[in-house]
Amino acid sequence: MNDMTDEEKQLVEWLADMNEDDAIALSNKMLLEDKKDPMRVLELCRTAMDIVGKRFEEGEYFLPELVLAGEMLDNIGSVAKPLIKQGEGGEAKKLGKVLIGTVHGDLHDIGKNIVSFMLDINGFDVKDIGIDVPVKTFIDEINAYQPDVVGLSGFLTLAFDSMKETIAAFDSAGMRDKFKIMIGGGQIDETVRAYTGADAFGVNAVEAVNLCRNWMGVAA
Amino acid sequence: MSTMIGPYEQSEAAKTAYDARWERILACARLEQPDRMPVGLHSFFWPANYGGISYKEMMYDYDKAKKVTLDAAMEFEPDGVYPLILGTTIGRMLEKFDFKQLQWPGHGVGDMQPFQYLDREYMKAEEYDDFLFDPTGFYIHKYLPRILGVFEGFDKLPKFAGMHYLRSMYAMRPFALPEVRASFDKIVAAAEETNTLFAHHIDWVQRLNAAGFPLFNGGVATSPYDIVADYFRGATGMMKDLYRHKDKLKQVLDKMSTIVTKMTIENAKLANHPIVFIPIHWAPDAFMSPKQFEEFWWPPFRKMLMGMIEADLIPMPMWESDCTKRLEIIKDIPAGKCIYWFERTDMVKAFEVLGDRVALRGNLSPSLLTTGTPEEVDAGVKHLVDNIWNKGGKLILDGAFGIPDETPVENVRAMFGAARKYAG
Repeated sequence: MNDMTDEEKQLVEWLADMNEDDAIALSNKMLLEDKKDPMRVLELCRTAMDIVGKRFEEGEYFLPELVLAGEMLDNIGSVAKPLIKQGEGGEAKKLGKVLIGTVHGDLHDIGKNIVSFMLDINGFDVKDIGIDVPVKTFIDEINAYQPDVVGLSGFLTLAFDSMKETIAAFDSAGMRDKFKIMIGGGQIDETVRAYTGADAFGVNAVEAVNLCRNWMGVAA
Repeated sequence: MSTMIGPYEQSEAAKTAYDARWERILACARLEQPDRMPVGLHSFFWPANYGGISYKEMMYDYDKAKKVTLDAAMEFEPDGVYPLILGTTIGRMLEKFDFKQLQWPGHGVGDMQPFQYLDREYMKAEEYDDFLFDPTGFYIHKYLPRILGVFEGFDKLPKFAGMHYLRSMYAMRPFALPEVRASFDKIVAAAEETNTLFAHHIDWVQRLNAAGFPLFNGGVATSPYDIVADYFRGATGMMKDLYRHKDKLKQVLDKMSTIVTKMTIENAKLANHPIVFIPIHWAPDAFMSPKQFEEFWWPPFRKMLMGMIEADLIPMPMWESDCTKRLEIIKDIPAGKCIYWFERTDMVKAFEVLGDRVALRGNLSPSLLTTGTPEEVDAGVKHLVDNIWNKGGKLILDGAFGIPDETPVENVRAMFGAARKYAG
């Protein structure tokens, strides 16, 4: 997006710099008073989120910035989306489909939500099926959604066995080779990856995005 | 000459063993060389698996919980044991108080699943001022009714500050309300359950001590930032507050630090035990920037550590996850006063940075303990002994966060066996 007006550049900068009050005031002005194209405003948000993602990867931003960025995006989206005329626009081309959920027995969701957000702003279609997800629900959801990647999340040590069991069930259902499996969560390491039979593990949201990019053959 | 610990007799041999074990821990804390590397026993539901009872029984059945935990202590002969009954056999108390912040076996999770915390917003962002103005009033009218069902009538209670003369009686009418009376009845019944829990805890400690095993820590505390993040604002609320309510948040953290330091010192004196366990949730490298850590997290916690040290306590923060990038910052405390327990931080790196400042505790990984072989556990212990203990590090061996619930017993045997084999 090199063809931005000064005002548009300002919005991107304020969003990327976590200047929430100014960014929301400006986006509201653009959408509600100046009647700017809502698709254009959302495109500017995506540009800002790219910067946020990059700063996170580079170790300048951490979880608080991702959470605040997500909230700013939601706020602007809630104003912009009702203004989009029917049939207009359509989603940008997505890189691949990721289905993600916390395995059964585990109720934690903060890490999973951050990974979903980072995948989404990096161009993946994400379906988040929640916490404490039974094996059968995973299988039903996979059959319906046909993802390229399945992410299993878990914070507790009991999740090691839940993940192993879930992946074994994919095997029995004859679907194991139809998608890649990544696991993540507070205690996950290479030992757990080998134990569960997952294809890869990640210790943060950036690693999750990079795994998915590699699997989809996208240059980082 | 035997000694009586409550109703239990402590033999001379048990007393000698007790003194030697306790001295090992204290020597490490003072950065002096003990006769051998101490090993801690800390866990939540692992003793249930060890003793063949359900997690639900571990939470509800005082006698069964006492038996399986004491059996574990007798078999492994640790140098210090976590107050396992207070930490886990809390089902009856949670139920009587109608505690809202956990789900536990029979209350939201299955009989063989551990209790889990519910991350929610228990204080709204716009309530910072209420808390700052009158923390006790905020607890009585807002916070306690939100987290403990038995306090639900308390939102009707009068505001106490400002009462005077006849107003101090006129204002008391809400105490006669049916919902307030009902609250009081439920609170008394719940407090009786807490007394029962503590009676079992004391009995358990006496039996443990009589057999020659010290309690590792008396009290448990939480850092000011973690209290506000976990128990008041919720994870995402707190992260947004770093930007949206920065100044108010700092004021609350400072006030919380003063309040919690006082409370922790009083509790430790009551428990008559110097070591205070402080599980740390929000310090990990990934959770905030170094600048945010130095600005928000560390100052109120350092103030708390210093207050505890001045009161002759030994703080034992347990730094969850990977805190490698925090090591240089958290080094800023007097030498020989604290035990730093690390979960995923590279212990060798921690030793390099902090070896002349604090004793270290930990940190066999959960994946090693739950999925590894006894030989791999043995090698894991040897790695820590070779690289820390044998190089003069004051290491107290333990799992990364104690013994994970699912750990096979032969791996726990391997852990304790390797400690004796390689480090006394």
